[in-house]
Amino acid sequence: MLTTRRTLALVAPAATVLLALTACGGGSDPLEEDTGGAEPTGGSDTIVVGSQAYYSNEIIAEIYAQALEADGFTVERNFSIGQRDAYMPALESGEVQLFPEYTGNLLQFFDPETTATSPDDVYTALAEALPDGLTVLDQSPATDQDSYNVTAQFAEDNDLTSIGDLAGLDDLVVGGPAELEQRPYGPQGLKDVYGVDVSFEATGDTTVQDLVAGSVNVANVFSADPRIQTEDLVTLEDPESLFLASNVVPLVSEDVADQVADVINPVSAALTPEGLVDLNVQSTEEQRSSEDIAADWLAENDLG
Amino acid sequence: MNLFADAVAWIFSPDRATGSLPLSEAIGTHLAFTAVSVLIAALVAVPAGWLIGHTGRGREVAVALSGAARAVPSFGLVLLLVLVFGVTHKVAASTTAFVLLAIPPILAGAYAGVEAVERRVVDGARSVGMTSGQVLRKVEVPLGLPLLIGGLRSATLQVVATVTLAGYVGSWGLGFYIVQGIQLRDFSQILGAALVIVVLAVLLDLLFALAERAVVPRGVSAGRTQEDAPVRRRRRRATAPSPT
Repeated sequence: MLTTRRTLALVAPAATVLLALTACGGGSDPLEEDTGGAEPTGGSDTIVVGSQAYYSNEIIAEIYAQALEADGFTVERNFSIGQRDAYMPALESGEVQLFPEYTGNLLQFFDPETTATSPDDVYTALAEALPDGLTVLDQSPATDQDSYNVTAQFAEDNDLTSIGDLAGLDDLVVGGPAELEQRPYGPQGLKDVYGVDVSFEATGDTTVQDLVAGSVNVANVFSADPRIQTEDLVTLEDPESLFLASNVVPLVSEDVADQVADVINPVSAALTPEGLVDLNVQSTEEQRSSEDIAADWLAENDLG
Repeated sequence: MNLFADAVAWIFSPDRATGSLPLSEAIGTHLAFTAVSVLIAALVAVPAGWLIGHTGRGREVAVALSGAARAVPSFGLVLLLVLVFGVTHKVAASTTAFVLLAIPPILAGAYAGVEAVERRVVDGARSVGMTSGQVLRKVEVPLGLPLLIGGLRSATLQVVATVTLAGYVGSWGLGFYIVQGIQLRDFSQILGAALVIVVLAVLLDLLFALAERAVVPRGVSAGRTQEDAPVRRRRRRATAPSPT
């Protein structure tokens, strides 16, 4: 190692990389953090609620927060923490105690090799895959999961209702985030499960725009995306469960799970798939704040 | 296994020749984005820089503009331009962002090179009857070349690193592997792609370092210290006939 380092030290950038590497060598996951020692920041009646940097997730987190406040808890909001890599260490250390999550994507995070795809299988597998100290409450019927979508025009022209109807169409281009290429439900899954041949195009944050502009024919969009309504897209049915079911589920620290279950479980039960799209539309189309959306939703459902 | 070894294994894996984006193609698009962006930026910034350096006018504007341009967050710029140009023009949008990023260092190199030419040399050129255009072409530009190439060098390095962002908007360049790897938590892929970018950057930097050295003899006295000036002059008389 020393001689390698000496040789490489001649080239400054490479040396920097190498030093960074030796510093984090050993563990398989360099982002892994030491989770021991950190204490929950809140007192016994203070619940720290977190959310992803995703407006829809923040609305659900705000609903949790307001429901808890209505029940007499003190709530500390720690919203927009980013993606799973960023917030999971905070949950594992107890800094954040309650977090709206999605069963399938969360299961994939802890168990990338999972074969479960139906909602109940995923929920059961998830309960086993979670690290010590974390648990999930009841899952909600609301889903926010990957789905394949086409424009209404394209669906009509080719008589499409289910993913399988794509089989036999030529020159299909599927667009989605870069990682879709490697996901089990990506191009390979489409071929194996439905016999659909597609080429892949990474479209990042502009997947829906690319679909509407015609640079891709099929787009991987989250099922609760309001643009499925507003851009007149057709979500193709998935009878073979190619996609991992991803229901909204509260991820919670074990030590406060019993305290909050009575408040949060009725919220999960009341949140429907259509209800979730509705909440999202209020945010993206009407530009309402998550506080107002959450307050109205709780009042409508007699949960506030 | 060591992460570094995994990353190197990722680079040389036979899987890199297949898939939706083979590694060779990714390196190709990465370099193409870099070359085209720097070239367009040079076409704009070099003449402008020479003019500013030659006339001495517009210098404050150029300094302020290039200073401000350096503060523009490139990631935001790429996404903004994609939305402004429309998703069917992603290549043009990303290239524009990289061009804007490359302009300030090239502009600075071009006008600083011309400005750095000693006034006595310029006066000398005028006194032997050169027109303003000849002074620029035959004196200021050749003597300013090392600084201009220095500007191109830093622009190229900046762009070759930033082209990584193209991976966020399409299946292009080495950034694609990094963007994909982050979501898949595939650290050998992230590091492997990053190492290839580092190698490209180091190679390009070496190329420019050689180019900078190659043009120095023409710029004899520009930027030389008093002690090594006579040595230079003697050697020049013996070998090279004239700077033009």
